[in-house]
Amino acid sequence: MNLRRIEERFFFTCMIVSLLVVLSSLVIIVSLIVFNGASSLSLEMITQTPTGGYFLGGSGGILNAILGSLFLALPATGLAYLIGMCISLFLQSDFSPSWMSNSIRLFLDVLWGIPSIVYGIFCLMIMIALGFSSSLLAGICALTLLEIPIITRYIDESIKTVPIGLKESSYSLGSTKFETSIKVIQRQALPGILAGVLLGLGRGIGDAASILFTAGFSNNIPTSLFDSTAALPTMIYSLYAQPNPVVREKAYAAAFLLLIIVLIISVVSRLLTRRLTKHVLR
Amino acid sequence: MNIRKIRNDLGVHFIRIICGLLCLLFFLIFFTLIVKSSTILGDHSLIDLLFSPTWNPTKGEFGLGSVIVGTIYVTVIALIIAIPISLLSAVYLSEYAPRKIRKILRPFIDVLAGVPSVVYGLCAFLLLVPLVKDYIAPFFGIQSTGLCIFTASITLAIMVFPIIISLCVESFDAVPLALKEASLSVGATKWETIKKVVFKASAPGIFSAILLGFGRAFGETIAINMVIGGVPRIPETIFHPGQTLASLIASSYGELMSIPLYESALIFVALILFVVVLLFNLFSVLVLRRTKRKWKL
Amino acid sequence: MITNPEIQIQTKHLNVSIHNHEVLKDVNIIIPSKKLTAIIGPSGCGKTTLLKSFNRLLEIHENVQIRGEITVDGINILQPKLDVPDIRKKMGLLSQKPYPLPMSIYDNVAYGLRIHNHMSSKKIGELVTHCLKEVGLWNEVQNRLHDPASRLSVGQQQRLCLARAMAVQPEVLLCDEPTSALDPLSAQQIELLLKKLKNDYTVVLVTHTLRQAKRIADYVIFLYFGKIIEQGPADQVFNNPFRPETKAYMKGDIS
Repeated sequence: MNLRRIEERFFFTCMIVSLLVVLSSLVIIVSLIVFNGASSLSLEMITQTPTGGYFLGGSGGILNAILGSLFLALPATGLAYLIGMCISLFLQSDFSPSWMSNSIRLFLDVLWGIPSIVYGIFCLMIMIALGFSSSLLAGICALTLLEIPIITRYIDESIKTVPIGLKESSYSLGSTKFETSIKVIQRQALPGILAGVLLGLGRGIGDAASILFTAGFSNNIPTSLFDSTAALPTMIYSLYAQPNPVVREKAYAAAFLLLIIVLIISVVSRLLTRRLTKHVLR
Repeated sequence: MNIRKIRNDLGVHFIRIICGLLCLLFFLIFFTLIVKSSTILGDHSLIDLLFSPTWNPTKGEFGLGSVIVGTIYVTVIALIIAIPISLLSAVYLSEYAPRKIRKILRPFIDVLAGVPSVVYGLCAFLLLVPLVKDYIAPFFGIQSTGLCIFTASITLAIMVFPIIISLCVESFDAVPLALKEASLSVGATKWETIKKVVFKASAPGIFSAILLGFGRAFGETIAINMVIGGVPRIPETIFHPGQTLASLIASSYGELMSIPLYESALIFVALILFVVVLLFNLFSVLVLRRTKRKWKL
Repeated sequence: MITNPEIQIQTKHLNVSIHNHEVLKDVNIIIPSKKLTAIIGPSGCGKTTLLKSFNRLLEIHENVQIRGEITVDGINILQPKLDVPDIRKKMGLLSQKPYPLPMSIYDNVAYGLRIHNHMSSKKIGELVTHCLKEVGLWNEVQNRLHDPASRLSVGQQQRLCLARAMAVQPEVLLCDEPTSALDPLSAQQIELLLKKLKNDYTVVLVTHTLRQAKRIADYVIFLYFGKIIEQGPADQVFNNPFRPETKAYMKGDIS
């Protein structure tokens, strides 16, 4: 019996150590970014675009990247939400036969982890074929493709939890399938849908690989869909190893902003999934 | 009623069309990748591309051998580090942690999962690279810039933690209480129950978690690119720089247009990434589905 | 087509299979108008399936095959070209477990109205008030009409579902064991309501408590493992049943 207890004690210690390793990585990451980024974050940093001599340490801030990220991620998330909503509604048992919905779900599960750079390359090829150079539009397309599997899965899981009795109640009032979907199902599944959309948005804002080639780079705030644009992740990527510390500061500030955004999204989506909106059935 | 019927029919048709377009789109991606890679496949044989170790596009040499070796090194080492740590953490979270602690810890894992790759890369660059350069590598008697396989592997391992942990916790939680009770009631300790019952029962879930983690590691681009050194040669030691498939694509953007066949070669690399990750994900999902079905019965 | 005004619903050779398992076998019944018909029988023998075939709600489930004829007011509702939501509007459904829609109390009752008719909001308000009064809920909710419906007690929710169903002015009320999830007091309220409503609506009540059926039914259908054993006026089926199975069920030998 002693040996067994010792073995259990040993592995339990290993478990605690492992957990501490995982947790401390997070703590270290947050500390590093906060430490380096907080000091670089000034009002100037977030409200100005870089003035000339970008790599050589001109003044100015990262407003172009902040706005660029928003202009890229928000439309992409909106599109991915619409598409994801359509797909999830289609996957319900009364819209499609189960062999079809099972195949589509398999499809989406499998697409979940495709590296974002593949989407970037694809959009790049389309761009080149159509004769465009890097642009906001191409970046949005790449991000939309990236976000679709993520958002769709969350929406689908939410819609699956809507009890069939609720649907029956709506149908028995003479409601059509489409009306029920929009008015009843969306409402009932709302917390899960919102959480999914937020998580998709978080992924979209933070991803660099897909927009590396497609969105290009620019010192200015984009004014049309066909302008190149900077974004927070690509800014970090291009500036992190620059010799000039003033330039590096921009990367740290951008990283800090990204981290804050991710934390906020994480907290908010957790709150949403836990606290149901007031009309939803328990 | 007519208007409503028309709206319903339109709405349902619209939904069907979007779904159909989407499926088509993803097949389109696959085929476009293949078509664009065919140029280089026409010029060099597949064996040549995959196994020749020299990657020198300016000289027209497109051998991915060393890059593939680099990818395997980084991925395997990362998994070797990540799997035990993730498994043990998951066991603790699922079986030992009191409810309150579990409630507090789960968000931590979620946040870790949500941190963007660039931020991981940046932190690795700020902390790990000097650490390796000044302390770890010299400890082994090797001179290193810190930008190497080792750094990339550790970074990747940390990125993979949340994936394996959350999937494993789900699998462990799904093991029916009755099974665990049966084991404990013959006098087994908690750990023995975990070893003998829980692990066996959730083996498919653990397996698919690992596969998914592998897929993630295989396809990670940015963070690795920032710390691996970007040298497409087979590394002598883990403290030497190397290159991975995904990172190669990111590095090469600048010269994409200037060299013929370069574009095609890189798209071929993207195709490899796409196919490998797809297969791993497919395998993982099928294994997971079989378990879910088993327990539902 | 000769339609007997006294018969609201009639089935001819109705066969229903779910997942290739025969649930209803050659069912031929009539449901008389403006009376309360109770469908009784042991659990799991197809009562709910029969009920849900009347408003074609079965088809939203998978692998359901329906053969035969179901006529409502003389029209076969199983014809392929019919407008299903319209058919359903004629039948109100009260489920075992109350399912308030995820909206306010007011919006729940107004839901059907807003879909089907283009009424002014004043008219909608009047109808909502009327329905809530009919089910005896008005006094309890008149001050919180815009509160979420999910905050009501289970008994109140069930009455709300009834008000909601009545708002679209159906001709038939389909009730699937509506009191089995309620406490005795609320159950009694619902029963009294149904008894009152049967004067204006055709009520079809699925119940597995004989006593409930005895209390309020005018007409009884006894379903046993998918087959109709006996049907007729309540008095006759309860006190003077023809078939041995019915006798056994009344005595409590089979349940």
